Amino acid sequence: MEGEGMPTRTSATAEPLERVAQRIRKRVFEHVMRNGGGYLSQACSSAELFAALYGRIMKLGPSTAPMMPLPFAGSPGPGNPNYVSGGAYNGPAEPDLDRFIFSPAHYALVLYAALIEFGRLAPEALEEFNRDGSTVEMIGAEHSPGVETTTGSLAQAISQAGGIALGRRLKGERGRVWVLMSDGEFQEGQVWEAVQALVHHRIDNLAVFADINGQQVDGTTDEVMAIGSLAAKLQAFGARVVEVDGHDIEALAAPAEAEPDGRPLFVLAYTDPVRGIPLLGERAPHLHYLRFSSDEERERYQRACDAFDEEA
Amino acid sequence: MEIVNRPHVANFIRWSADKPKVLVLTADLTNSCEVGAWRDTYPERYFSLGMAEQNLMGFAAGLAREGFEPFVHTFAVFIYRRPFDQLAMSIAYPNLPVRLMAFLPGVTTPGGVTHQAIEDVALMRATPNMTVLETGDATEVESVLDVAHAVDGPVYVRFLRGRVPRLFPASEPMVLGRARLLHEGDDVTVLTAGITTEEAMRAVPALSDAGVQATHLHVSTHKPFDDPTVLAALKRAKRGVVTLENHVITGGLGSAVAELMAEHALGTPLVRLGLRDVYAHGASQAYLMREYGLDAMSLVRAVERVTGSETGLSEQDLASVRIEPVHSLAKAEAL
Repeated sequence: MEGEGMPTRTSATAEPLERVAQRIRKRVFEHVMRNGGGYLSQACSSAELFAALYGRIMKLGPSTAPMMPLPFAGSPGPGNPNYVSGGAYNGPAEPDLDRFIFSPAHYALVLYAALIEFGRLAPEALEEFNRDGSTVEMIGAEHSPGVETTTGSLAQAISQAGGIALGRRLKGERGRVWVLMSDGEFQEGQVWEAVQALVHHRIDNLAVFADINGQQVDGTTDEVMAIGSLAAKLQAFGARVVEVDGHDIEALAAPAEAEPDGRPLFVLAYTDPVRGIPLLGERAPHLHYLRFSSDEERERYQRACDAFDEEA
Repeated sequence: MEIVNRPHVANFIRWSADKPKVLVLTADLTNSCEVGAWRDTYPERYFSLGMAEQNLMGFAAGLAREGFEPFVHTFAVFIYRRPFDQLAMSIAYPNLPVRLMAFLPGVTTPGGVTHQAIEDVALMRATPNMTVLETGDATEVESVLDVAHAVDGPVYVRFLRGRVPRLFPASEPMVLGRARLLHEGDDVTVLTAGITTEEAMRAVPALSDAGVQATHLHVSTHKPFDDPTVLAALKRAKRGVVTLENHVITGGLGSAVAELMAEHALGTPLVRLGLRDVYAHGASQAYLMREYGLDAMSLVRAVERVTGSETGLSEQDLASVRIEPVHSLAKAEAL
């Protein structure tokens, strides 16, 4: 792993993306066990989404950031010229290249694992995860690898991405803007403000991929605040909506091939929050953050992790 | 005193002509914020985002990231109060050059509590990376554009609209971090901002005639608040300091002055005039300024408290004071 910012296409990209997704899951699972807990269910639901986005859908240049992330260099401000955007891990911002805007910042561990699988981040970077002074933060901000905007206060990414997409249209750029969201975010009013603005201003160089895993911190979305049919709601707003199996790489990639038609695109990816780790299902509906309550429980998860078959 | 009708309208159109990256974003208050003619002049640079201010802040942030300079035009309360999280996280944290033109500061509107921005300076001062400005007359409405444009980061501007007095000559534009020295005297120092400056310009000459000599500073930069002119004026006051602001007395000009005095161990009494931990209501500006003690007479009474002696001044004495545009006594080269 050289840190010279020109990672060659890694072995991951030569592999079937289904297998890459399993490796993302495995890497997150192993990290969560080393860490004594963490955001695991998010990897179960979104591994194929990340694999499809980085491996098939997004047109990104090579990373311009070091393989081992630099320490936190202070927050952005007029007195700090050293602030480095985590977006550099997704390559340079160029007119013909795409941009990735990552909304559910609590999925940061999954994003880091994906960057590692696609050769944009060193595997050792995960040792910096949630470590004091590190940029590999638990809930990523815009200095964290792969993160271009600060979106830990959920539902803010879609609006920022809307402004970026509008700005790119004004400049005549051809690259597109891809946004990853989670379904819980659609409870926030800001999302619907954003959808109406994207439709009103005919912003079609932006597409949202939403992980519909039916989970949020307090339990299932149906229990906490039912969001109903997102497809029907989005269509009523005038958006272009495609519903897919979120674990089917081909199904995820297909809508991105369609020619933009004046409407923002929403790909609703229905996912299983315990995909690949059925043991996690015993904790349902409390899947947001895995925290072990006994040594016995930890050992059971360790055995499941050791037995995790990335070929499956 | 000259009254200028809607100075922003033509000035902003003229100013934007050679700045193609300048955009205007609105939230259903286009003519209310005096940018209807701007929209008609530069329709390709104007974006209506509707009554949806959380999203508006994100769009402004995204456009700024792409190299544009968005000028958000709406009422102040819909900038700092309703979408504060979006303002802080999407715009202020990344230090993006978004210009927040905040209309209807304080009691300048009869629109009542929902439309009166009375704690905005406090919140914006507390927001890292934010520069906080306030316009006090037509010259500042015109020249604040250059000041904001030059700042590497977000700027919040308390903006005046409609019929605006010209208190300062057009040849003396607003300067970042530089207060205007309008009157000199050694007994008390008076600091005002925005619409309260005109009130003090009635009171201070009358006080002088009554034997109380005041130094009067007009503040247009709330943050950064590091102007040596201000510190010098605070040190000069033998009897005390009075601040008068169109804002609650917590977190605004009075608080900034109190912080500065404490940090420099200035043991002079300080009286802060403004809204005292209370919301206002829908009524005329003149009525509210009198009701809440933001007017010239309230300033005279505060000075009397500080000096411990009555001036004998009445409402009639103040009403007869004629206000002419004043050249600042503090020339740049004199500092």
